Amino acid sequence: MTPIKHVAGTAIPFGRKNVDTDVIIPAHWLKTITRTGLGKGAFESIRAEEGNIFDDPAYAGAQILIAGDNFGCGSSREHAAWALLDMGITCVIAPSFSDIFSGNAFKNGILTVVLPQEAIDRLLEVAKDQPIDIDLETQTVTTPFQDRFQFEIDPFRKHCLINGLDEVGLTLARDEAIRTHEAKIAAELPFLANVVAA
Amino acid sequence: MTGTAKTLYEKIWDAHVVERREDGTCLIWIDRHLVHEVTSPQAFEALRVSGRKVRRPDLTLAVPDHNLPTTARRDAAGGRIPIADPQSAQQLEMLEKNAPAFGIRYIGDADREQGIVHVVGPEQGFSLPGATIVCGDSHTASHGGLGALAFGIGTSEVEHVLATQTLLLKQSKTMEVRVEGELGAGVTAKDVVLHICGVLGASGGTGYVIEYTGSAIRSLSIEGRLTISNMAIEHGARAGLCAPDDKTIAYVKGRPYAPKGADWDKAVAWWKSLATDAGATYDKVVVIDAADIQPTVTWGTSPEDTVAIGGVVPAPESFADPSKQEAARKSLDYMGLTPGQKLSDVEVQNVFIGSCTNSRIEDMRAAAAVVKGRKKADNVRWAIVVPGSGLVKEQAEAEGLDKIFIEAGIEWREPGCSACLAMNPDKVPAGERCASTSNRNFVGRQGPGARTHLVSPAMAAAAAVTGKLTDVRELIG
Repeated sequence: MTPIKHVAGTAIPFGRKNVDTDVIIPAHWLKTITRTGLGKGAFESIRAEEGNIFDDPAYAGAQILIAGDNFGCGSSREHAAWALLDMGITCVIAPSFSDIFSGNAFKNGILTVVLPQEAIDRLLEVAKDQPIDIDLETQTVTTPFQDRFQFEIDPFRKHCLINGLDEVGLTLARDEAIRTHEAKIAAELPFLANVVAA
Repeated sequence: MTGTAKTLYEKIWDAHVVERREDGTCLIWIDRHLVHEVTSPQAFEALRVSGRKVRRPDLTLAVPDHNLPTTARRDAAGGRIPIADPQSAQQLEMLEKNAPAFGIRYIGDADREQGIVHVVGPEQGFSLPGATIVCGDSHTASHGGLGALAFGIGTSEVEHVLATQTLLLKQSKTMEVRVEGELGAGVTAKDVVLHICGVLGASGGTGYVIEYTGSAIRSLSIEGRLTISNMAIEHGARAGLCAPDDKTIAYVKGRPYAPKGADWDKAVAWWKSLATDAGATYDKVVVIDAADIQPTVTWGTSPEDTVAIGGVVPAPESFADPSKQEAARKSLDYMGLTPGQKLSDVEVQNVFIGSCTNSRIEDMRAAAAVVKGRKKADNVRWAIVVPGSGLVKEQAEAEGLDKIFIEAGIEWREPGCSACLAMNPDKVPAGERCASTSNRNFVGRQGPGARTHLVSPAMAAAAAVTGKLTDVRELIG
């Protein structure tokens, strides 16, 4: 996973509410067996609209997406995170995210920043023609106009993002604790510990 | 939480904590892992690349469902009928190869037990009350209907569970959604959950695990409770649960992978201890009067866009939130509806009865009861019933339900996810409308440009025979 500490530059002032993962990447793109190449299908239905924000040259190469409430709701497809990464997005700012999407984003090194709607409204305004700056170490989002918004992030997620850590590797290192629990379940809840066919 | 009194969710959570970190993140043991072909190839590939094994293949069950056509899969000689879409075929082939390569139990495309993973799990007794159950699919919440802590995960988490049989999670907040009272005639579990989506909104449950309680929930069959929990994610909750009771225990008993003998007795004793303690508190409580729930339909492109069948399409200006007004305008434009239009005047060209929400035997029976002695309306171009599993199909056929549908001009198909998300050939054409028993009315969900109205199986059947969204109570008298 690529470490992420600081993202700055053009941000796409999208702002739409309840954007589901079917909108981020429609189901017909899910037939892939790799994690790459999904950027072409990202926001396909929106990109079919003339003058859409994603194909606006003003926001070409943006690494930041400013979204609306409940971003990434719906399907658990990690393809949504892969599609964003493939289109170059490494940070999404929104008033709220679906739980599954924010987990998927984190596991792919995408920073999700939660800020109140008033802050989002301001950033949507600024991002029309000015860059946005996100600093993960200090947990701040700033603008060229001296706006400064502090955001919260889970300390473990912050640590993993900054260091680009692989969660599977971290958990495998806890093998002893896992074995202990496995033995406890086998003793106390044997009906859950194994699957026995008829 | 008051003293040591715990909610159902807290009891299951506590029984599964492997270790708790200082920041509150917990490593959680996973009892059952369901795998399908769409969200697993990249996880198996990652295991291969890193030289990792599946830690507990015996706790894992793989079933293909999303890409499978719902037409015949074997020819008369028993040979596999090739799948036209090469990408669909490739995903299915990957699962068929990955499962045995990693020692995972696999139910194949032509096995009689094959079906939608969320129908197969409970049906096989693989999904159990009190268990932690995951799958790379957001509708994993379904299994919560049995009183399991079940939730959808992304592909990286699929890889994590395969490699470690655990997940790193933060404990969720708890919400009680209590539905009290008696459900009216023609009001089903699907109407209840659509109504809940309307009340809570699409993000109302975000950050929470919901427990559905109250006399109306207790009165539902296990099939009905699976339908309710299935759509927890449509009001934002990653998991939704119904406390296990005698109905749950009777449902699980005797299923192929259900515990046996002394293990069974231990299991029953534990399941009975899981109900939320008197005095335990939830972070949020929402109370709904069952009498307020009517047969319900959606008008827009979010599951929160619900209205009673007797109602009208709302005006965007009727919403307080400006961004919801804008979303409603876009939805109405996409759906081709106008404010004030009566829902019962809306004609449909397609009807889909199926999906992990509504494809169990009770759903087949409810739809067949409405269709019986009637014919598909002429303006309905395409109507299909897709049972949730091969066993549901067999049961329905034993009861003669297939004949009722076929005689009415409705197609009877092979099990799978089908037109719920249109990854297989079952699609709704652009601009056409579908009365659908599935769980999402998102833009393009049933095919590019398709217009979805979410309804119960009985309501979908009513739409099939009248050709428009219809109050099923007018047909059942």
